[in-house]
Formats: sequence, structure tokens, C-alpha cells
Amino acid sequence: MSEVGAVRTGTFWPRLQLSPDHDLCPGCGEPLVLRLILELIEELGLAERAIGVVGIGCYTALAPLIDLDLIQALHGRAPSLATGAKRMRPDALLFTLQGDGDMVNEGLQEVIHTAARGERVTCILLNNGVFGETGGHMTATTVLGQRTKNTLEGRDAARHGHPIRLCELIAPLGGAAYVARGSVHDAAAVSKTRRLLRRAFESQLAGEGFSLVEVLTMCPTGWFVPTKEGPGYLDEVLGAVHGVGELKRDGKLAGA
Amino acid sequence: MRRLVEGSEALAEAAIAAGCRFFAGYPMTPFTELLESFAAKLPAAGGACINAESELEAIGMAWGAAATGARAATGSTGQGLALMQESLPELVRAELPLVVFNLARGQGDYFQATRGGGHGDYRLIVLAPIDVAEAVALTQEAFHLADRWRNPVLVLGDYLLAHTAEAVEVRALDFGPLPAKSWAADGSGGGRGRPRHVSSLGTTPGAKGIDPERAWRALQAKHEHIAAEEARCEAEGVADAELLVVAFGSLARFARHAARELRAEGARVGFFRPITLWPFPSQALATAAAGVRRVAVLEQNAGQMIDDVRLALLGSVPVVGIGGISTDPSGFGIGSLLDPDTVRGRIGGALR
Repeated sequence: MSEVGAVRTGTFWPRLQLSPDHDLCPGCGEPLVLRLILELIEELGLAERAIGVVGIGCYTALAPLIDLDLIQALHGRAPSLATGAKRMRPDALLFTLQGDGDMVNEGLQEVIHTAARGERVTCILLNNGVFGETGGHMTATTVLGQRTKNTLEGRDAARHGHPIRLCELIAPLGGAAYVARGSVHDAAAVSKTRRLLRRAFESQLAGEGFSLVEVLTMCPTGWFVPTKEGPGYLDEVLGAVHGVGELKRDGKLAGA
Repeated sequence: MRRLVEGSEALAEAAIAAGCRFFAGYPMTPFTELLESFAAKLPAAGGACINAESELEAIGMAWGAAATGARAATGSTGQGLALMQESLPELVRAELPLVVFNLARGQGDYFQATRGGGHGDYRLIVLAPIDVAEAVALTQEAFHLADRWRNPVLVLGDYLLAHTAEAVEVRALDFGPLPAKSWAADGSGGGRGRPRHVSSLGTTPGAKGIDPERAWRALQAKHEHIAAEEARCEAEGVADAELLVVAFGSLARFARHAARELRAEGARVGFFRPITLWPFPSQALATAAAGVRRVAVLEQNAGQMIDDVRLALLGSVPVVGIGGISTDPSGFGIGSLLDPDTVRGRIGGALR
């Protein structure tokens, strides 16, 4: 097997991934984001100076494949664990991996306060607008009209409330240094998301403060959308509501 | 050198002397001053104390710190411990050493401490100091036991322990060597195929899926081992006792005082105090109660430890409760039962 950069050609999986064999569904966006994270940590030379904190969701099944020191958190609590770990290991790159149910439903308080404290950690939100692991139920980020197992006719504002756009909530906080939202619906979006993650890690390493990268991802089994139409639905429906781009960089709000 | 120190301050100093470098908490009476003491003292020791946004996050932060191999602690009052019940069983299953203080309002948290409200099969080692001097030693030992067994240790106190000033000396105690924390996720373990994953889920790096049954059975075996090795108690005057008084924590100080007074007057009163509430010193209690006519349980609640006393004695001796709910109007647990004459009266009543 030959190697080019951080990935093994042919099998195409990152050096910091212990095995290419995982349990997530074909067409899921989450393994793509893991690949980006692991490639970047390899690229930045941080394999022996990084700690991941993993929440509870489908991506939890990816955790055993990660060749990095890791702490498994409870649903929603990863930013708190990352806080304690970072305070004891200030030289390590600390990142969390959480879904929208984990970070925006159960753990909203954690991520807001961690950002407000300016904790030098990077929270990574995998946002597919559903609780994928339970089979596709409404989360706080589910967009209006989106069908889920408990909003069968589509999310209706009058009955189910409005989606939370997490980046917009976090960006104004004084402790937040870098806030961005990307997507993985096509190759260009993946490549752009890679740059956002890299900037977030660099911001943390520079000691600027808290960083958040939200990545919009497909859920082929939790959505009422055929797998091959998933990327298009992500871009046109979730992407249209949540929007992609940098909301805050170098501690300054976009457009400020 | 001994100095006059309030309990909260002494507990923080003892923890720092034991190498604790991380604390997170949320204010609540009567725990607040422990948080204040850590906030004042930890930075100078090279540690960090965070004012968490809730007890959920306080224990989460301490969990993250402990997972990197640092000695860490958190704490609250029973109400705050209620929120921490979510994390405690996970910390047990992740086999993480953590020290947790409950400076409770009275003794109503005995069940919470020894049974807990978390999910699944788990156990906490629970230490119940009788006074500030013992708390200084047990707090340090709590860190040692947590590391030795890789299990959270709960130090259970109350308003009196937190706010009584006593003459104590806080110096580092040596409890012997411990294995290196090769399991700790300190960040240096990546890239070589052997990362450290601190997880409560029963996962193995490199392998798909989980094996909770194997992990939970291993934990059960460890807890049986702890139960066999770590039960501790104090007993006096039990050899010829007619009545055995059983009490724990601050209230045991009143009971011991009254038992000594009554014995000095010729009454055959024995005193027994569990120092570890889990593991409960059942065997030692059964031995101490072997010849007595009655066992009287003095506790400041509606009757909780009495269950463990009855389980230890299995009906061999009549067991009566002589404590009860007793508090001040604020509910902080400073009740009329915390009075030497009242306690003496209750014990005297059980003697008849």
C-alpha cells in the first residue's frame, strides 16, 4: 500500500484511523467529517498532543477507530469534559465530536457556557437535523417542514417550535474566537469544511479562545429522503436554513 | 503545627496536600465555603478551580480533568449531588478516580450516598468523617483509594463538618505507592496504534462494537474485592455491652460522647461507628453486636442506615431507631437532635 500525505491511497482512510471498517450507514456524512479531523491532526503533527471528547450518537461507534487519546462523554456533556481536560493539559489540542441532539438539545447549556468562558477547545457539531441513532427523530435543529419520525407531516412552528441556529447563538459571545458552519454535500463543500476545521484548530492553538465548527451532514436512514438524494436535500433544505460560512474569525464577527 | 481552621478550608487544604489540582463546583449551602476555599487556594498550587454553570457541568469538568490523569474533585450539597447522579455511574464504569464531596443538610442523603440515584450496577466508596481532624486524613485517603481502585470516592459530611473550626494540622500523608496511570488520556497516546480511550461503554480501541457484559462483570468483581478489603469502623466499649449505639458522621460525635458519659456512670453502653458507609462494615458490626440485648441506631433522618444495620445483623438482635428528622427552619440540618443531652436522653431511653 502506498501512502500520499495523510491518507493511504487505494483504501483511502486516514493514518490515525485504526480500521476502515465502521458501522455507520452508507451515505452518512459523519465518517467524512471524522476523516477530515484525523487528516488535519496528522497534518498539524498533533497525534501525540491531542485529546478528543466524543458525545453520544451514531458517531460514537466511530470512536473506537480513532488512534488518538479519547474521553467518552455522556450525551450533551462533552464541552464540560473538554474544559476539565484542557485545564489540566493546556498544550493539547482538545476537540469534541457531537451531534445536534447531543450539542443543541441535551447539551446546549454546556456549549454556551464553554464558549462564554472562552475555553480553548474546539467543539465540532455534526448537524443532520435528526436524532439519527434513535431512527430519525426531531432535534432542536430540525428545519421547518422537515419530516422526522415524530413530526411525520413535517416540523410545524405552531406545534413543534422553531429550529435553533447554533452558530448564530454562539458567535456573539465574547469568549468565542472562531465560529463557522460547513457542509459535506459535495466535494467542494468537504474541501471548504476542511479549511474551516483547520482554522478552528489553529485558533485554539494560538490561544484565541473557544472555537465551534458546525458541519451539516446527511442522514440516509433517518430522513424520509432516498440515499442518493440526501446530499441535494442537505444543501437545498438544511443548508438554506442554517447557511454555511464563517460567522466569526479572529474574534471578530463577519461583516463587523 | 496545628491551627484553628474551619472544616471547609481544612478539606480544601487536605485535598491540595493530597495532590488535587482540579476542582469545579456551584455554590450551595453548606458546601459553598468549600468552593470558596478551592477557588482561593488551588491557583497558587498550580491547579484550576472553575465556577461551573451547574452541578451537571461541575462533575463533567472534574471527569475530564480526572481522565487526563490529574487528581480532581468536585462536590455540592445533596440537592446538587442529585444532579451529579447522571455522571457518577458512568465514572464508575469508566473506572475513573474522582473525589466527590457532599456537605449535606443533615443525614438524609445516606441512601443517595450508598445506593445512589444513577443507573445500572455501580458502587461508590463512601467515607463519613466524624470531625475535622478525621476529615483531613480521610480526604487525603479518598484520593489514594480513588486511584488505587479506579473508582469515585464520596466524602460525606454536613453543615457541622463544613463550618466547625477545629485545631488541626494539614500535612501530606503517605498511603504507599500506586501504579502509574498508564490508562490516562493525557493526549500523548495517539498515532502508534495504542491510544488510551477512557470510556464507560465497554469499547476496545480498534474493535467494532461494545461488550458491556464483560465490562460490567469485571466491575462487579472489583466491587466485591473493595467490599472485602475496605470496610472500616470505630468501636468502643462493645465487649460487655448490653446496648450498642450505632451512628455515623457528625452525629456519631454526640453519640460517642454520650456513650462514654453513660459508661462512666456504670451503664453497659457500647459505641459503633461505620467510617465507610460503603462498604458497610457488616462483619465488624455483627461481631460487636454478638452479645448485646439491643442495638440502637442514631441517625438524623427518617431511618436509612438502619436498613444496613438490620442487614448486617439478620434478625439476631432487636434493632431500634432512636434518631429522626431534625432540622432548623432553613432545612440546613442544624436540628435539636444535635445536642449532647438530647442524644444522651435517647440512648438512656433505649437502655431501659
